[in-house]
Amino acid sequence: MKAAPFAYAKPRALEEALDLAARPNAKILAGGQSLIPSLNMRLSSPELLVDINGLDELKGIRLDKDTVRIGALTTHADIGKSDVVKKHLPLLVAAVPHIAHPAIRNRGTIGGSLALADPAAEYPACALALDATIVVTSRKGQRQIKAADFFKGLFETALKPGELLTAVEFKAQKKDDESAFLELARRQGDYATIGLAAFATNGTKRLAYFGAGDRPILAQYAAKAKDLESAKAALAKDLQPPADLYHSSATKLHLARVLLERAWNTL
Amino acid sequence: MEHAVEATLTVNGTEVRRRIEPRQHLVDFLRDELGLTGSHIGCEHGVCGACTVRVNGEIVRGCLMLAVQADGCQVETIEGLSDSGELAQLQKAFHERNALQCGFCTPAMLLAARDLQLRNPRASREQIREHLSGNYCRCTGYQAIVDAIEEVLHGKG
Amino acid sequence: MGRAELPLHAPGTQLDKGYIGQSVPRPNAQRLLQGRGAFTDDLRFPRLAHVAFFRSPHAHARIRKLDFSKAVKAPGVIGVFDGRAVAEYCTPWVAVLAHLKGIKSPPQHAIAIERACWQGEACAAVVAESRSQAEDAVALVEADWEELPAVIDMDESLAGRTVIHPELGDNICFKRELDTGGVDETFAKADLVVEETYGFGRHTGVCLEGRAILADYNAGEHSLTVYHATQAPHMMQDIFSRHLGIPEASVRVITKDVGGSYGIKVHVYPDEMATAALSVMLRRPVKFVADRLESFLSDIHAREHRAKVRLACTKAGEILAFELDDLTPIGPYSVYPRTSGIEGNQVVNLTGGPYKHQKYRAKMHVVFTNKNVTCQYRAVGHPIAVALTEAIVDLAAHKLGMDPAEFRRKNMIPDDAYPYTFPSGIKFEQLSHHQTLDKLLALMDYKKLRDEQAALRKKKVYRGIGIAAMIEVTNPSPAFYGVGGARISAQDGATLRLEPTGMLTVMCSVTEQGQGTEAIFAQIAASAVGVSMDKVRVITGDTGVTPYGGGTWASRGAGIGGEAVLLAGRALRSNMLDVAAAILKVDKAELDVRDNAVVHKLTQEEKMPLAELGRVGYFRPDTLPPDFQAELTVTRHYTPRQYGFTFTNGVQASLVEVDPDTGLVKLLKHWCVEDCGTVINPMLVDEQIRGGVVQGIGAALYEECLYDASGQLLNGNMADYLVPMALEMPDIVCAHIETPTRQSQLGAKGVGEAGTAGAPGAVMNAVNDALSPLDARVTSMPFTPERILRALGRVA
Repeated sequence: MKAAPFAYAKPRALEEALDLAARPNAKILAGGQSLIPSLNMRLSSPELLVDINGLDELKGIRLDKDTVRIGALTTHADIGKSDVVKKHLPLLVAAVPHIAHPAIRNRGTIGGSLALADPAAEYPACALALDATIVVTSRKGQRQIKAADFFKGLFETALKPGELLTAVEFKAQKKDDESAFLELARRQGDYATIGLAAFATNGTKRLAYFGAGDRPILAQYAAKAKDLESAKAALAKDLQPPADLYHSSATKLHLARVLLERAWNTL
Repeated sequence: MEHAVEATLTVNGTEVRRRIEPRQHLVDFLRDELGLTGSHIGCEHGVCGACTVRVNGEIVRGCLMLAVQADGCQVETIEGLSDSGELAQLQKAFHERNALQCGFCTPAMLLAARDLQLRNPRASREQIREHLSGNYCRCTGYQAIVDAIEEVLHGKG
Repeated sequence: MGRAELPLHAPGTQLDKGYIGQSVPRPNAQRLLQGRGAFTDDLRFPRLAHVAFFRSPHAHARIRKLDFSKAVKAPGVIGVFDGRAVAEYCTPWVAVLAHLKGIKSPPQHAIAIERACWQGEACAAVVAESRSQAEDAVALVEADWEELPAVIDMDESLAGRTVIHPELGDNICFKRELDTGGVDETFAKADLVVEETYGFGRHTGVCLEGRAILADYNAGEHSLTVYHATQAPHMMQDIFSRHLGIPEASVRVITKDVGGSYGIKVHVYPDEMATAALSVMLRRPVKFVADRLESFLSDIHAREHRAKVRLACTKAGEILAFELDDLTPIGPYSVYPRTSGIEGNQVVNLTGGPYKHQKYRAKMHVVFTNKNVTCQYRAVGHPIAVALTEAIVDLAAHKLGMDPAEFRRKNMIPDDAYPYTFPSGIKFEQLSHHQTLDKLLALMDYKKLRDEQAALRKKKVYRGIGIAAMIEVTNPSPAFYGVGGARISAQDGATLRLEPTGMLTVMCSVTEQGQGTEAIFAQIAASAVGVSMDKVRVITGDTGVTPYGGGTWASRGAGIGGEAVLLAGRALRSNMLDVAAAILKVDKAELDVRDNAVVHKLTQEEKMPLAELGRVGYFRPDTLPPDFQAELTVTRHYTPRQYGFTFTNGVQASLVEVDPDTGLVKLLKHWCVEDCGTVINPMLVDEQIRGGVVQGIGAALYEECLYDASGQLLNGNMADYLVPMALEMPDIVCAHIETPTRQSQLGAKGVGEAGTAGAPGAVMNAVNDALSPLDARVTSMPFTPERILRALGRVA
């Protein structure tokens, strides 16, 4: 299918981008790997696409003491190749091979993935597991939003009109921290049937499930359980996964338990 | 409402300047405007991979990039990469092992294979399959393609 | 002439082997490798217009009113047309055939007129300067619908409380019953009766190239040229002629490169007929390419069945009888011209295929629904028949505690029992079930795999080995369609022309979709004539150029087209020798053609290069005897006459590992031993098998068109409908037994569909074999994690 007509602008500066993004029926074009298919299928018809790929200040990965700051326009491919990320955020690196396929990873961005908030996507769950801080910029200045407060619902985030996701900040993983990334999918690169981004730090576990609800979900009851069996039992309190085209709700919960079991010993 | 945007891009080594409708994706532009029909359209959702082209040295889905986004970029298609000889070794192996039947997925497969050859020339059979996992082929069942690439990477026998 | 003609070959040898049997790379693949294919959407024409269709959002609805007032004003729009406007240029059709007794279907128009009968049916057409503009205008078409009850469920359809076409009385498109007699007695006396019900998910071809047609009507000549991605250009020539009212010879159908077909592109599609009609109406070329979303909604679907099967056998493991009750829901129309009754009909014919039981009873219903239409898709009814046969056979073996391979061996028709008539009436010329089974078991090292399986089971790793033996219909005679009144040719022709420089042009009515038709014709022609392959050019897919024929379907290209090429090649060689004898003034019997030259038959001494023969034959006939005319172009046709269908046989095996926690199936390896008679190009044959196997794996594990209760297709896109991709697919080992058919000189049977026919059954048996220690069985394809986990009781 061919997209419906729209206007296009490529701002050279962040201010200009913010002004354009505030226009009615405008959409941000970053990697385009989720937006353009929806345009091609006429699932959405914005009047204006604001191409932010010219904004260099949104690119780059930086280690600042114990914080890793990743610009919104950093591609999945670059995250996977980054020595900084490999060393300090192994959970993110573990997620990369599961994200679609090489050609998509060359264009898709972490900012786009977080802003879209697809509940079956990998990065939102990683951000939640790592307690990341999402940096949002508007004409009024910058806001820092904790991942736990950022994902509000199905494709719904805390982003307000006129705001642009500009970076995401993670605390570098420490020596005794452990992370595990597990995803079940029928085929390599598909959206997850269900997945678990898990992070253990300071004796606490953060178990962020994706594909298990309308947003990534921290399984808090399971995380507090004393042992694996009670954690598996507690998971029913954390997750009421909706059925998808191929899996019933009961099956999704069962698979969530299977992932928990597989991750438990790593953590 | 929408205005054509001027873009200048280099396609297979030749500079091209056009006024382009923003909604036209890159592979439609290459096919319809420049007559480069070697890149194919299979889904326009970014899943089948038939539209794979190379932009600034990286493989991308041509259907998931607006043509106007290629402004200032180096775009390479199957035609250019064949004429330059860059794909000759892979094309020969594909031919000898019948790693294509209808040929519709083939230009994209070759670009994906070349990308693997450049990035991970020691790839195992499993890694070859993984790298191709975003390129749909209905005719071959994939084995001949994997065999051809394996032969190019690791030699015969 | 008096002197005895020296035979070209020793008696008993069939032909000069030449290139036959060699894995020659395809000459016509090289341009595809460089992106220089010419697929229909690649073609450029002056004044080319594009059509997009307004499609019904409802599964069943009366079209009260269509408002085009906004659409006609959209930029670039040439016209907007409803069903009535198109009907003035294209007559409707009814897809029934006389030999399918009782089959019924209502007339179908190119564009729906009164009502839409499935979600996605075309209800209006927008023609514009570009596809984008056409789609913009489609979005402006307004429709007033009266929704009607939709019949979706197959049992509901059969019960007929709501009848989709009231004038037909019920929803039964076709039904068939077959009874050898003695079935009840056999089941009553049997030591063991096993019964199981199998489900097969509706799925579709997903050709990477969408359906494509570019129709170019020339008003000045009242002629129509159609560039059409079709498997059967002559069939389409006839259909365009009759339904658009253009004389047959004024219709030319040209098939350029086709990006995959597998049967999807052999049928008549209303939107394609509408495209041709619009070209006639507008007097300019019009193109339609189905995009991926349209493809899922409107390319034929196939293979939705629910089959109850019973098997009776002795405690020693001898199969006595099969019984089948099959229900299959199609769309609201039988598809033209091959009908949607054939798939079910084949299931009845083929169930129990490899075995020597004598008693069989079958009952089969094909019922209409308000889902997309269905029709023949690669291997047609075989995947169903083979899977249900092989699954119930495995179940019986399991209950008797017999090894499944040994159980099959005990029951397979012996290799020396031919010719053989099967309980369903089909006739086998000569099959090789035992040889293929032996070869398979050796190839896969069956015993070692069983030992490994046993050892791994102790470690709670669940591997399964599944076998599927099969028979396959190939090289059909008019028994398939012609006898029913269809203008579908089961014969094919080849014209071979020696060019002046000694090159050879081959024009054949069988078509190419990537399987290697043109390559094997070059191999056969070169071998038959005596030239090297680099001298041969092949032309297919043009009704204005090739002889009249059937095209590609039912695995007939090599066996039928190849035979025509062979016969023509031999005849041309003889004619060439006539010319050479006249030039050289020697006896034809002393000469032969070899390696691009006329040679002395006994000494092999070169007498004259073919280029010289061509020069004289074409440019200097004045130097030849006055009563002699060089005839360096020869056409021959071939129809298989002795057997209605030339059956082949094969056996496949699948090795899987099932994860009982996730329900995911890992395909470790696959084998296929196939007997397709003379193998012309082993590499191409093996690749056909591999591609077919993976398609069959798709059916077994991934592919299903999901509809909701109101007839909405839920997963009609590439992200939600799952096709096999590279990482999950196994390596596939192929081997052959060669039992040539005696109906032709070439001896080739067909093989294009074999992989698809046997793979689903092999995978089903492997999965069930893996699950067997856990007392679980799956019977409904595709075997999704959901279905496997439920069978295991891991999920309530």
